[in-house]
Amino acid sequence: MDITIPALILCLPLFMFLLLGIAGCKMSHKLAGWLGCLGMGTCLVLSYFTAFTYYFDPQFVAENGERIQHTVFNLTWLQFTDNLTINLGFLLDPISALMLVVITTISFMVHLYSLGYMEGEKGFQRYYAFLSLFSFSMLGLVVATNIFQMYIFWELVGASSYLLIGFYYTKHSAVSASKKAFIVTRFADLGFLIGILVLSYYTKTFDFIKMTSDPSWVLASTEGATFMGASVLTWALVLIFTGGMGKSAMMPLHIWLPDAMEGPTPVSALIHAATMVVAGVYLVARMFPVYMMEGAATMFIVVVGAATAFYAAMVACTQVDIKRVLAFSTISQIAFMMVSLGVASLGNGEVSHHGLGYMASMFHMFTHAMFKALLFLGAGALIHAVHSNDYTAMGGLRKYMPITHWTFLIGCLAIAGIPPFSGFFSKDEILSACYAWSPYIGMWMSMVAALTAFYMFRLYFLIFWWNNPDYGHHKPHEAPLPMAIPLVVLAAVSCVAGFIPFGHFVTWDRMPYDIHLDWTIAGTSIVVAVCAIALAWKMYCKENGLPAKFKNALPALWDWCYHRFYWDELYMFITHKIIFNGICRPIAWFDRHIIDGTMDAFATVTNKASYAIRGLQSGQVQMYVWVYLIGALLLAGFGVLCLIM
Amino acid sequence: MFSNPLIYFVVIPLLMLGALALCANIKQIRAVAVAGSVALMALSTYVLLEYLDMRAAGDNAPMLFVDSWQWFTPLNIHLAVGVDGISIAMLVLSSVIIFAGSFASWQIPQPKAFFLWLILLSTGVFGFFISIDLFTMFMFYEVALIPMYLLIGVWGSGNKNYSAMKLTLMLMGGSAFLMLGLIGIYYHSSADGHLTWNILEIARNGAISSGWQYFLFPMTFVGFGVLGAMFPFHTWSPDGHASAPTAVSMLHAGVLMKLGGYGCFRVAIYLMPQAANELAWIFLILTGVSVVYGAFSACVQTDLKYINAYSSVSHCGLVLFAILMLNTTAMTGAIMQMLSHGLMTALFFALIGMIYGRTHTRDIRLMGGLMKIMPYLAVCYVIAGMASLGLPGLSGFVAEMTIFVGSFQNADMFHRVFTIVACCSIVITAVYILRVVGKLLFGPVQDKHHEELTDATWWERLSTVTLIVSVAAIGCFPNFFANLIKTTFSPEIFTVLGLN
Repeated sequence: MDITIPALILCLPLFMFLLLGIAGCKMSHKLAGWLGCLGMGTCLVLSYFTAFTYYFDPQFVAENGERIQHTVFNLTWLQFTDNLTINLGFLLDPISALMLVVITTISFMVHLYSLGYMEGEKGFQRYYAFLSLFSFSMLGLVVATNIFQMYIFWELVGASSYLLIGFYYTKHSAVSASKKAFIVTRFADLGFLIGILVLSYYTKTFDFIKMTSDPSWVLASTEGATFMGASVLTWALVLIFTGGMGKSAMMPLHIWLPDAMEGPTPVSALIHAATMVVAGVYLVARMFPVYMMEGAATMFIVVVGAATAFYAAMVACTQVDIKRVLAFSTISQIAFMMVSLGVASLGNGEVSHHGLGYMASMFHMFTHAMFKALLFLGAGALIHAVHSNDYTAMGGLRKYMPITHWTFLIGCLAIAGIPPFSGFFSKDEILSACYAWSPYIGMWMSMVAALTAFYMFRLYFLIFWWNNPDYGHHKPHEAPLPMAIPLVVLAAVSCVAGFIPFGHFVTWDRMPYDIHLDWTIAGTSIVVAVCAIALAWKMYCKENGLPAKFKNALPALWDWCYHRFYWDELYMFITHKIIFNGICRPIAWFDRHIIDGTMDAFATVTNKASYAIRGLQSGQVQMYVWVYLIGALLLAGFGVLCLIM
Repeated sequence: MFSNPLIYFVVIPLLMLGALALCANIKQIRAVAVAGSVALMALSTYVLLEYLDMRAAGDNAPMLFVDSWQWFTPLNIHLAVGVDGISIAMLVLSSVIIFAGSFASWQIPQPKAFFLWLILLSTGVFGFFISIDLFTMFMFYEVALIPMYLLIGVWGSGNKNYSAMKLTLMLMGGSAFLMLGLIGIYYHSSADGHLTWNILEIARNGAISSGWQYFLFPMTFVGFGVLGAMFPFHTWSPDGHASAPTAVSMLHAGVLMKLGGYGCFRVAIYLMPQAANELAWIFLILTGVSVVYGAFSACVQTDLKYINAYSSVSHCGLVLFAILMLNTTAMTGAIMQMLSHGLMTALFFALIGMIYGRTHTRDIRLMGGLMKIMPYLAVCYVIAGMASLGLPGLSGFVAEMTIFVGSFQNADMFHRVFTIVACCSIVITAVYILRVVGKLLFGPVQDKHHEELTDATWWERLSTVTLIVSVAAIGCFPNFFANLIKTTFSPEIFTVLGLN
């Protein structure tokens, strides 16, 4: 493939960032906004073209039907040793082409939506500059040819996420949320970095293709090296996965994501729902053939994913802030993707159930990006209309905002897994993969799917039905056109995306195959979802006492869920009480009083000593004569003594 | 003598001193300072390009532009000059920082005396980096240190007498060790009794016996290490920086602390490789502690300059740490970290000086929301912070990653553990940088009086832009710098070291 278009895909957003960042303050809001949209729109067209060419041009299919991994360019950026080099490149393969489409679609929608949502905000140009920076970093991340390039862009998406969460920088909560997001993910990235160091030391390469095309060689290169009872490959893979846990908000590193909702809502849709947070999933998918070799690492992924999915779903049932409900729902859905990747492998180098889990995970990543972005943008329209994040300020909104209502409903149906909406198909594949791996995991995930349907419809009913509060003079208004268009487009995609024959495009070994719905599992999950929706309807459709009764029946459980199982308090305790007061302060004190005190003591002692002996240089002649005489006498006495002896 | 371009690194500052003595008003002083620093920048660029040309033409000598003039025959002291990739990198760094520093001290009181001392200091710095004769090197080293006392004592702020005295005495203490070490090296420089101060000759002779190496290596390493803010001899740095005026802080942290790292490499390790190999573990522990310790200390400070000084302890600790890893990659990283730290810390101190000049406080508890009041300075501060915490695309990232990857190539458990400890600093750095950024720049405006303050002037913009562009240049095109440095190592030092 020609180098120009892929290079442009990366350079355009970067150029837009520099242009808007440097010259933005001289531009009008309108110009900056349209420039941003134009840049992203062009990028969208180019990405679609690239992805389309990749999927449908026979030159990218090998003779045995396998889709090839094509390195468009790979430039040396920094050479460490003879073997270890950071390249900046562009890798085109099924998952990166998929991500190109997802990122540019959502990003363009968000650019467009923000024209309406952010209208008149101070720092409008800055906002668009950061959006471009984010798009650039995310695109660079997905097309990375080597793990270090991924790490570089990994850090860059983290920084742009920091900047965007803290967009309203005069708000205290936004500043601390952005700080928290950065530091938690930084901590996870430390694991990622160490994992890279370990892995690259043994394999002598950063290159993805080298590692994944022959994973048994990776296994062989680390043969025999162990640390604390586990092989170094397990350690390396688990550490790298830690980085993914941070970005993808897996328990226990999930605490930053709900707070990240302090950022503008379109940002939450783009970064904290559709693209950046799935980077962890993408990382595991990228390294999947290597993860497949290590049973312990696979097991770890499944356990973390399953625990997170359930935890987040429980918490989502009790939250008041609609963006937080969506945030926890995002955590839970990403955990679905993680579990699905984990169950795709048997851990001994074999795939389970033809590697269905891998395909399902990528499928869900795609559909989830669409419907979750839709839900967030819908939430943005609601917040824009009622100026509050809490569902308590909403109710009966279906009459005031029909477009938002219908699109939001489509999003809810999709995430709940009701056919024919897209979420049904992808989630069903995930459940099939889980049941094939272990029925226990399958049942666990089905339960989480039921919870998903329940909390989403709880939210839906509470916003659009429930009671009809008095909105006074400020009647909620329907979203303006730039906001309504993305909602409709994403809703349309959510309706039809399920019918894409995904197995033809993305599979773990890049060999196309036909996917079949497993109707026993699909049928059950439809029934379960419908029951959950019915329960939500019963409890929340009209204002009634049931929710309060439910809450009073299980006060402890409700409390724990409402307070997110007190994870934040635990972290607060560790960081503030233990690290800040227990390590930093004593060290600073030690430095000032012990280390510096010693240095000062040297000076003081010297000073004192010279004061003490300065009397000897008094200049009094009588004194000198006395000393002279005593000395002479002593010498004489000594001489006499010697003679006698 | 004047056909060698290196000598102009000393001649230009001396000419500037002469010109300054004749200046009658502030305008002329500024003109001299700007013209001189531009000339120095042009010169260092010229030397850099010439150097690359000569290397490309296949000149494999360990150092280029080598020249030597007899100075004092009985002790065989020469004025010997010569540069390799590392010294050129340092020369470029120094000239950039002096350029930015001249603009940052645009409105200093008593400009004539201030610039006289500042330029004397830079004479010492440049002289140090071009010397390859231990004696003249040491002389220039002292020339760079002494003006610091006056610059802090006269133009400083706060508890300046105490700080100036402390800084000078501690560095002089280091010099005492160093002097002893250098004399020791001189007397063992040659097996056949033909003693020399010339670094290249000493390295070629390799005559220092292992017993003496064990004695002389710690002497010189500690001697230079004091200036490199090595734990536990770093305490001059917070007080010194806090009291120093802006340009002096910039120059001190940006260039002078690099003298320490450069000296450790050029003298201690280069001349006594065997002892370096055997004794590295002691200093690895000390510097590894520095890295984390400095970062933790920075987390609780409330004075902007203290935060930055402790951050320098952490970052400079990483320089020495990487040098002691004794492999090409880590050492390349060390030199890159010197460049990176020099530029970004100079940027930090410049910004702190500019903020202090407006708000008259450096206490972060008394400030807030400056982003709204002085957006330009605030954005620069965020960029500096991002460089410091290692954002890709800025210089900190490439330097740190080169160090970590290089260090990890040492396969034994001891090096591994300390590498991972050092890696942890990237998280702690993020904590203290974001803490400052959050408190100082974001949030609501803390002090009503701050609302009338103005944003940066043109000379302040010029100063910061120069530094930011340099930081970004290293961050975006690291391979150019890495190759410049690495080619220096590959043939020469490791045959001397006899290591991998």
